[in-house]
Amino acid sequence: MAAYDLIVIGAGIVGTACAERAAAEGLRVAVVEPGPVGGGATAAAMGHLVAMDDDPAELALSRYSLQLWQRYAGLADAEFSRCGTLWVARTAREYDGIAAKIARLAAAGVQARQIDAEELYRLEPALAPGLRGGMLVADEAVVYPPRVALHLLERARAGGADCRLGRRASALSARGVRLDDGSELTGPVLVATGCALPELLPQLPMRARKGHLVITERYPGRVRHQLLELGYADSAHGDADSSVAFNVQPRPTGQLLIGSSREFGVEGREVSWPMLQRMLERAFEYLPMLRELQALRVWTGFRPTTPDGRPYIGAVADRAHTWVAAGHEGLGVTTALGTAQLLIDQMLGRAPQVDMAPFSPARSLR
Amino acid sequence: MSAKLWLWVNQVAVDVPAGANVAAAVARAGAHFRRSCGGEPRAPLCGMGVCFECRVEIDGVAHRRACLVPAREGMRVRCDD
Repeated sequence: MAAYDLIVIGAGIVGTACAERAAAEGLRVAVVEPGPVGGGATAAAMGHLVAMDDDPAELALSRYSLQLWQRYAGLADAEFSRCGTLWVARTAREYDGIAAKIARLAAAGVQARQIDAEELYRLEPALAPGLRGGMLVADEAVVYPPRVALHLLERARAGGADCRLGRRASALSARGVRLDDGSELTGPVLVATGCALPELLPQLPMRARKGHLVITERYPGRVRHQLLELGYADSAHGDADSSVAFNVQPRPTGQLLIGSSREFGVEGREVSWPMLQRMLERAFEYLPMLRELQALRVWTGFRPTTPDGRPYIGAVADRAHTWVAAGHEGLGVTTALGTAQLLIDQMLGRAPQVDMAPFSPARSLR
Repeated sequence: MSAKLWLWVNQVAVDVPAGANVAAAVARAGAHFRRSCGGEPRAPLCGMGVCFECRVEIDGVAHRRACLVPAREGMRVRCDD
């Protein structure tokens, strides 16, 4: 019978960030993870640290978290690369909407500026002709999420965390959690299992939203910024059964990481060739030179998605000593560090620095 | 004695027998083929298109396997030197 101050279930980017913070606060921490560390949604994330302005609550959480990411700007394992985000406008409507986006971001403390077509092509000559301009968020960066998760877990371990890797949490118990080897860990529980949340907390709705990724060979200098279409949020936050959006990222190695697709109601991990074709055709519309490049690998993953698109962060109201941090969908890497700090603040009775009401799991309990 | 042909490897003119592949030309030029992400020099290991360690740029196209491409007169080969 092992007793802890916090048992973190799930060692993705969110779980490991929470374990790292809890250990740093001096708590006796256990981490339970049946699969590879950072092997779920974390391994299928692009690792783009980005502020999205369409939901004020998520913007506040992202902004807070982005500041915390500066801690790891010099960490070699993180492959932190401050390439900046360049949102591309194809239509007059998209271009005309940029001023309002800049104002919303500025109100949250994120600096962005509008750029005209001439500057757009100076920054990214490979973009297709005929685009209107864009919005540059110069401070934003990309990381390599699975390695960050591993690093956070190592930090937690150095702080005394007991890592039960290869063990599965089979059920929550009255005093903690029961593992698949029959043992029981006792103490408060934090469920950070992403798409697997319903296995332990079926009272919180969660859907898996499939995505595809492509990584190319190394082609240094072809793209310099993380590029997205301004219509990206329509794809990300719409509820269509399937959608694609232009999203291309230069990795520090010179490789290009190509997204993005979204699908509800698909369970298999296999690559869907029609979906991949749609996604790539979208990317080719914005970056025709991609057609000439060689892809190295294609893979898929699942984003944990809540009914309103906001993560569950906080206490699970219908169970004593039970916390949740899951459902970050496509912003889990950006918001992981903020999620961890704000959750641990709540656990320790400190006032969190971001309004957490919009993330309260109570809104979705069924 | 087979006919010679000339090609460019990193702006250096190299001659190889007709029928040789680009990997032979790069080897004759004494150039590095490519480097790993960590910066270590790489060179052909398998010689049959499987190991991908001999990739070079040929006539403007990156990541071609030098061991599988027959050398042609006037080719421009760029290696990661």
